[in-house]
Amino acid sequence: MSKVMGERPKALLDVPLHYCPGCTHGIVHRLVAEVIDELGIEGKTVGVASVGCSVFTYNYFGCDMVQAPHGRAPAVATGVKRARPDNVVFTYQGDGDLAAIGMGETVHAAARGENIVAIFINNAIYGMTGGQMAPTTLPGQVTQTTPYGRDTSVAGNPIRVCELLSSVNGVALAQRVTVDCVKNVKAAKKAIKKAFEYQMAGKGYCIIEVVSTCPTNWGMSPADSLQWLRDNMLPYYPLGVYKDVGEEGEQ
Amino acid sequence: MSEKVLMKGNEAIAEAAIAAGCRHFFGYPITPQTEVAAYMSKRMPKIGGVYLQAESEVASINMVLGAGAAGVRVMTSTSSPGISLMAEGISYAAGSDVPCLIVNVERGGPGLGGIQPSQSDYFQATKATGHGDFHLLVFAPSTVQETVDLISDAFDLGDKYRMPTMILSDGLLGQMMEPVVLPEPKDPTDTKDWAAKGHEGKRPHNVINSLYIEPSVLEKLNFERFEKYEKIKETEQRAEEYLVDDADVIIVAFGASSRIAHSAVDMARKQGIKAGLIRPITLWPFPEKTIRKHIDHAKVFLSVEMNMGQMVEDVRLIVADRKPVRFFGRTGGVVPTPREVLEQIVKLNGGDY
Repeated sequence: MSKVMGERPKALLDVPLHYCPGCTHGIVHRLVAEVIDELGIEGKTVGVASVGCSVFTYNYFGCDMVQAPHGRAPAVATGVKRARPDNVVFTYQGDGDLAAIGMGETVHAAARGENIVAIFINNAIYGMTGGQMAPTTLPGQVTQTTPYGRDTSVAGNPIRVCELLSSVNGVALAQRVTVDCVKNVKAAKKAIKKAFEYQMAGKGYCIIEVVSTCPTNWGMSPADSLQWLRDNMLPYYPLGVYKDVGEEGEQ
Repeated sequence: MSEKVLMKGNEAIAEAAIAAGCRHFFGYPITPQTEVAAYMSKRMPKIGGVYLQAESEVASINMVLGAGAAGVRVMTSTSSPGISLMAEGISYAAGSDVPCLIVNVERGGPGLGGIQPSQSDYFQATKATGHGDFHLLVFAPSTVQETVDLISDAFDLGDKYRMPTMILSDGLLGQMMEPVVLPEPKDPTDTKDWAAKGHEGKRPHNVINSLYIEPSVLEKLNFERFEKYEKIKETEQRAEEYLVDDADVIIVAFGASSRIAHSAVDMARKQGIKAGLIRPITLWPFPEKTIRKHIDHAKVFLSVEMNMGQMVEDVRLIVADRKPVRFFGRTGGVVPTPREVLEQIVKLNGGDY
């Protein structure tokens, strides 16, 4: 007799995901959906999909969804939240979306202390368009548009988003997690849940950065990608809590 | 609120929107629309509304998109360069069928241009406000009172057709003061079943989206949207006719320039010249029917605009080669005088086309 060990969370619809094998989006989707289920908030949650691989999240999450222009998810989420303050609003954005074209919207939503949660997937590359340099691409990293490796004297330096946002008043929680192993997946879920709880308590802008992989555009197997993440991404993007206003809120 | 009050055009825009039930305003400072935002920032907190100054026009139109997607009456106001920055968000709103009101208090262009009144965003408003196949309902008021009335209609029709609407004003109408009667306040009920406001476990999720990867699906949606546009063209054209029934020289002018043309027509009539004025109130849909009615008896059409000649192309499309269609305009923030327009009328009336 076979036994169901882990059911699909209700907040994740029963549709096939389009992500490549080994991509960590699937894990993060599941964590967000589990948190929504556990908090019992699917009926009042509005998700904002961004542009990039995660654009189709509007087909995957069972809550109401709005698809935002590239980088504008924080502004769209601001509009939703200001119109419907009783709704729970989250964005799901990649690194190109959040840290390149949408950096302005991100910093200002954070500074306003918008009561929204940003789930930020940092895999150091533009996945959807076929592997171009992202604002988080590591020095020396080869991408389609840094074929000789990212030369920081020409192409600039990777941006550490959580560190940057940790200096912004209005941010309630800025935490970097990853999903490379069971322990870290559990920690990631805990962080995501905390972010949603903070929003429901009206604490302000919360960002959970998930250091992620892109086996297809990194040109590696899923297992090698996870090892590359540990060896290269985590030293540049250390896991941890960069800001947490805690129980008392902003001091 | 049926008494007359003296109001500045821009402030009347804001008060009219509030009367129409708008409680959400997102904007970014730019001359000459500043008073709209300033007025909203004063009023909204007192009536439980939202006024939010965004970090850019790009952000403000996307906040409008979010609030509109969540199903509330929402607006932004800006001036010409700001519309260029909003182009992306307006296209998304159109592609996602999200109603919202965009006010453009036009100034001279291109580029940073100037801050004086202009009508040089006619093309942008009526043909290509952003990328892709879409239209906005575009209203062009010519008085402060008409601005007030059209704001209410723009919200109602935007909701009815689920599309973004635009009030195309200009620095002249925005800055002038005129007596207005404000309408009775409306409280639009929350009936937008399509909105993203939380399904409460009572229905499948709503998705507000403009992405359709499958070409045949996107084409079908565009076909459907254009069927809606055809209906709007049939039912929503508006224009005012002034002394046109016997007119030889017919001026076509909208907004601020129509006020000048109106004076020029009066001056021409005093000289015994049969001049008349067709004033488009909707720029999209363009009031083709009104113009078409007068092609037979008119000798010549004259489009008077505060730009280098934009609406004249639409007049030519309708009149075709049946009668001459000429243009007169000043641009860069220069407002034509009635006398200048009269000179054109006299010339055309004399057969000098």
